[in-house]
Amino acid sequence: MENKSEYNNKNEQNKKLLEVNDLRVDFKTHNGVVKAIRGASFELYQGETLAIVGESGSGKSVTTKVLMGILAKNGTITSGEVLYKGTDLCQITNKQFIQFRGKEIAMIFQDPMTSLNPTMTVGKQIREAVMEHTKLNRKAAKQRAIELIELVGIVNPAERYKQYPHQLSGGMRQRIVIAIALACEPKILIADEPTTALDVTIQAQILELIKSLQKQIGLSIIFITHDLGVVANMADRVAVMYAGKIVEYGTVEEIFNAPAHPYTWGLLSSVPDMANKDIDLYSIPGSPPNMLYPPVGDAFALRSEYALNIDFEEEPPMFKISETHYAATWLLDPRAPKVELPLFLRQRLQKEGAVHGN
Amino acid sequence: METSEVLLEVKNLKQYFKMNRHFTVKAVDDVSFKVYKGETFGIVGESGSGKSTTGRSIIKLYEPTSGSVQFEGHELVGKMSKSTSKLLRTKLQMIFQDPMASLNPRKTVMNLIAQGLDIHKLYKTKEEREEMVYEMLETVGLSREHAHRYPHEFSGGQRQRIGIARALIMSPSFVICDEAISALDVSIQAQIVNLLKKLQKERGLTYIFIAHDLSMVRYISNRIAVMHRGKIVEIGLSDDIYSHPVHPYTRALLSAVPHPNPAVEKTRKRQFYDGKDVDYNLGTYHQLSENHSVLATNEELKKWQSEI
Repeated sequence: MENKSEYNNKNEQNKKLLEVNDLRVDFKTHNGVVKAIRGASFELYQGETLAIVGESGSGKSVTTKVLMGILAKNGTITSGEVLYKGTDLCQITNKQFIQFRGKEIAMIFQDPMTSLNPTMTVGKQIREAVMEHTKLNRKAAKQRAIELIELVGIVNPAERYKQYPHQLSGGMRQRIVIAIALACEPKILIADEPTTALDVTIQAQILELIKSLQKQIGLSIIFITHDLGVVANMADRVAVMYAGKIVEYGTVEEIFNAPAHPYTWGLLSSVPDMANKDIDLYSIPGSPPNMLYPPVGDAFALRSEYALNIDFEEEPPMFKISETHYAATWLLDPRAPKVELPLFLRQRLQKEGAVHGN
Repeated sequence: METSEVLLEVKNLKQYFKMNRHFTVKAVDDVSFKVYKGETFGIVGESGSGKSTTGRSIIKLYEPTSGSVQFEGHELVGKMSKSTSKLLRTKLQMIFQDPMASLNPRKTVMNLIAQGLDIHKLYKTKEEREEMVYEMLETVGLSREHAHRYPHEFSGGQRQRIGIARALIMSPSFVICDEAISALDVSIQAQIVNLLKKLQKERGLTYIFIAHDLSMVRYISNRIAVMHRGKIVEIGLSDDIYSHPVHPYTRALLSAVPHPNPAVEKTRKRQFYDGKDVDYNLGTYHQLSENHSVLATNEELKKWQSEI
């Protein structure tokens, strides 16, 4: 409870930095039109970490590509707006986007090896980014690059400046990628599964680095991942995406301790529980829908044992659970039958002593 | 456990890779363990610790530098007799991490799954071959219609099911899962793990489960070996390893795993270990309990136990 009120205070102080309203993105493919995002809305506040969770194909990466203005050629934004500092990023040209990309919004990717140039020293790559966005000359930019290498926690920055990506370990490379992203002091950092390719120990280091940088330079972070442990570690707020829509969002405590959407229940339950080994893991039956033919009504209904008749006919609206917690499921409608959390999710929450008063 | 029969025994296995005249990578360095019939033996460790190389050496994707691997009493290291070779190629199977990379994109699922049968000529008629594949598809939760499609038409979870079908059609007794679920989504991971557990129960399979996802390894394994720098630093029942870890590397590894619970995450303390002052070559295995042992010198063991 204490954490929550602390969060609310923080929330009041902070202003909305980025606002996404009813975003829809289609991709034209040989087989037809893939509806990758079907009306996603969320906002990002100053200094917070928003985690977007979902399976592959749920549209989480596409969302971030829209924010960066790097949507693939066959993708079109059919409706919606992305408001940043009064500008709708969906409406501006690629040329105008240059003043936002990198400078205001930067991104780091999953695989640090593929995002670095193997034929160039890492120092030069950072310097390149610095010179692209600032008026610094070569020498000053080099100095700045060395400072950045130091900032991301690498010892001997001047030595490392001269090394090539293949001479560095995976964790070190990801640090360099972060240094490049920070080169022009962005306000928003989008991290697309930045630790998925790393070992747990290295992952822990990188997560700690991102957190400490956030404190130091006041970054706001959009963190894309499917690892719920990482979400619990990093996020202030969580948005759960399924089939191109955000089906639930709330503070991290709300999502983990009082989840409301059957898909969130499924996700939380499929994480192995140490205590009862003999019981099968809960697994969400079936597989995500083919977005060439998005299902009518609630997209998750086909895989949900809690589906109501209306789920197959009409899309559920976002129901408000608390000031910060919303979920799109008909189960929250006052007319819906009362449904309890799945038994073993409830047991686990009780065991962890995490069940909330509400 | 002690009454169980040993299915696979690895003794002093070494797998060195000579990079050049001056430099040899000791990927697996003097590793010994036993795997009992019907159990799941987990191997965890960071990348480069030698966990995958161990698996690959057992199944002879590499020729081990020295040591011995005995499967049902047959020695696999060195030159194998024809019958041993046949035994290895049928009774030992492997499931790989990336199902897309391990399936030939130009072959239909039917031919992919039947490949092992073709090589060892394990059917008499074409109908028998088809029937075996159909049956296998249903066992792994796919349907017969899938047999005539190509790998790209499947999702990641379905492809991994094809990979499992390919391994199981040889009716193996021993399966090595090398990061078999790492590339899959959380909800699909649970499906595949449940499938593996079900098949184990039905067919009495024995697994070596290699992964870096420690919570999944704990869930599925009876016993676990923790590898670091080519050595097993600690080995024991999964509860020994997770609840009473002794080696500082094991403790560091476990303390780095994020828990899907924000309350726990806020208080989690990470432990650090660089192992610079520990020479694994000096240590010997100290038996802590019947199944639990740790690689250490006497002084190290005392020091580590006092730290807990």
